[in-house]
Amino acid sequence: MHPLIKLVVQRLALGLILLLAVSVVIFLGVEMLPGDTAQAILGQSATPEALANMRESLGLNQPAVTRYLTWLGHALQGDLGVALTNKKDIAHAIGQRLGNTLFLAACAGMIAVPLAIGLGLTAARYAGRWPDKLISGITLATISLPEFVAAYFVIYLLTQVFPVFQPVSMVFPGMSFIERLHAVALPVIVLVMVVLAHMMRMTRAAILNVMQSAYIETAELKGLSPMQVIWRHALPNAVAPIISVVVINLAYLVVGVVVVEVVFSYNALGQYLVDHVAKRDLPVVQAVGIIFAAVYIGLNILADLIGVIANPRLRHPK
Amino acid sequence: MRIPVSALIGITMTSVFVLSAVFAPWIAPYPIDAAVGGVWEGPSSRFWLGTDTIGRDILSRLIYGGSVTIFVALVSSLLSFSMGAFFGFLAATRGGWVDTGLSRLVDLMMAVPSLIVALVVLSVLPLNLTVLILVMGVLDSTRVFRLSRAVAVDIAVMDYVEAAKLRGERQGWIIFREILPNALTPLVAEFGLRFIFAVLFISTLSFLGLGIQPPLSDWGGMVRENKDGLVYGKAAAMMPALAIAVLAISVNLVADWILSRTSSLKGGRGG
Repeated sequence: MHPLIKLVVQRLALGLILLLAVSVVIFLGVEMLPGDTAQAILGQSATPEALANMRESLGLNQPAVTRYLTWLGHALQGDLGVALTNKKDIAHAIGQRLGNTLFLAACAGMIAVPLAIGLGLTAARYAGRWPDKLISGITLATISLPEFVAAYFVIYLLTQVFPVFQPVSMVFPGMSFIERLHAVALPVIVLVMVVLAHMMRMTRAAILNVMQSAYIETAELKGLSPMQVIWRHALPNAVAPIISVVVINLAYLVVGVVVVEVVFSYNALGQYLVDHVAKRDLPVVQAVGIIFAAVYIGLNILADLIGVIANPRLRHPK
Repeated sequence: MRIPVSALIGITMTSVFVLSAVFAPWIAPYPIDAAVGGVWEGPSSRFWLGTDTIGRDILSRLIYGGSVTIFVALVSSLLSFSMGAFFGFLAATRGGWVDTGLSRLVDLMMAVPSLIVALVVLSVLPLNLTVLILVMGVLDSTRVFRLSRAVAVDIAVMDYVEAAKLRGERQGWIIFREILPNALTPLVAEFGLRFIFAVLFISTLSFLGLGIQPPLSDWGGMVRENKDGLVYGKAAAMMPALAIAVLAISVNLVADWILSRTSSLKGGRGG
């Protein structure tokens, strides 16, 4: 078998095992914690008989392992059960919202990636001079802000100081693509800010690392312009770490998306998750949690694979 | 020794925050929960930073809220630190299945973003200070574990550790008397970063309504209380947001400075 295919299969299998382990932790780990779903639904004043009935109807009197296996079996067939709070089908509710979340994350990713690489290259080109210091200073500031604080700075600036946008992002099923883009503009700006800094810093570091090689000195000595040196000689050799860090930061969007959706009352998966944590609706939280975990693990494996593919030296284990 | 300007600013600002948190009841001009003015009044000589959604003085609430934020973040980062460092050193000195087991467990915990794990766990556990501190501390200890294990693996092969082992010292002696003193410098800079992370984490949880519960209130919760005012151009929510940002940046400046000093002394932190 081609070593590359073997590698891909290996990493995918590893990812699946990891996801399975995470689902066990999310399901069984939560079981071990003090707290009782039946009690949470009925409240503290529930009679013991009502509690017993509720446990019976929720299947809570079965052993945890049996319930996990039943749940896993159903989940694999796309049946995530019903929400405790409103008895609605979870898979259906997730299906409606997943698209909105992916749209938001995709818009942010498409702007953040080229921008981060461009800024990183600029900072590396002028390393130690004012463009580098300016870019590094701004990114240092954004890296130490939590997502929601960054969001309110952007909201305050762009809805109050310079009123160009609306502070909430509503998307409706019937909206046109352009209307949708306008609606998500603010959350996208925030998400770009949040992931930009790290990607840019890594791009800069990766380029500067390569810039110390002997062949870069050769390229400089034969009279190439600094931009030509970076584009033709440094970037191709720095591309592997850059792509890895880009994909890892896209995975980080998973966390950013949850908070940003709440800030902008954007009707999508993160908002759905936070709402149901507050309502203590465990089946919903578990299902959405595992979806976020799966996306995160998937993107991390992708980063790993791209890193190996882009760097032939890693393809031959010793 | 010359302290750079950025570090000086960081140290000064951090001290201001910590001191006002410690002496909150004496500094705050108004009680924490008293409605003393109109709704969302602008800054004035009576209320330096204005009033909030039900007419409470924002400056006073910022000072009290800061003590909650800083206290929770400090305790949880101390917890994550001692747990992470202890298990990291244990994994490095014991090796074998202890090391493998702990490392795989940490890999598993880090395979999912902390916020998602915290949300899942907090949907079951009661929301109180102890639970929040424990959840944050345990989740964040994974990062400390990785760092301290990496540092300790290098130290564990040193001759003086070998000598202690041959002398027949117990595990506790080797961890606390041989490894800890030598691993302290890189770990101190990390502590600053863990503290910031804890500040951001607790603020985010409170902002989502899943952190500090009323009547207590921290900065994240204050942003949540006042966020609706932004639509009407009331900047009340920006004050706590600004406080979080300034605290995070100040501690970051100090940590950066310590980091640059330790890496020049120790020849790098090893990533």
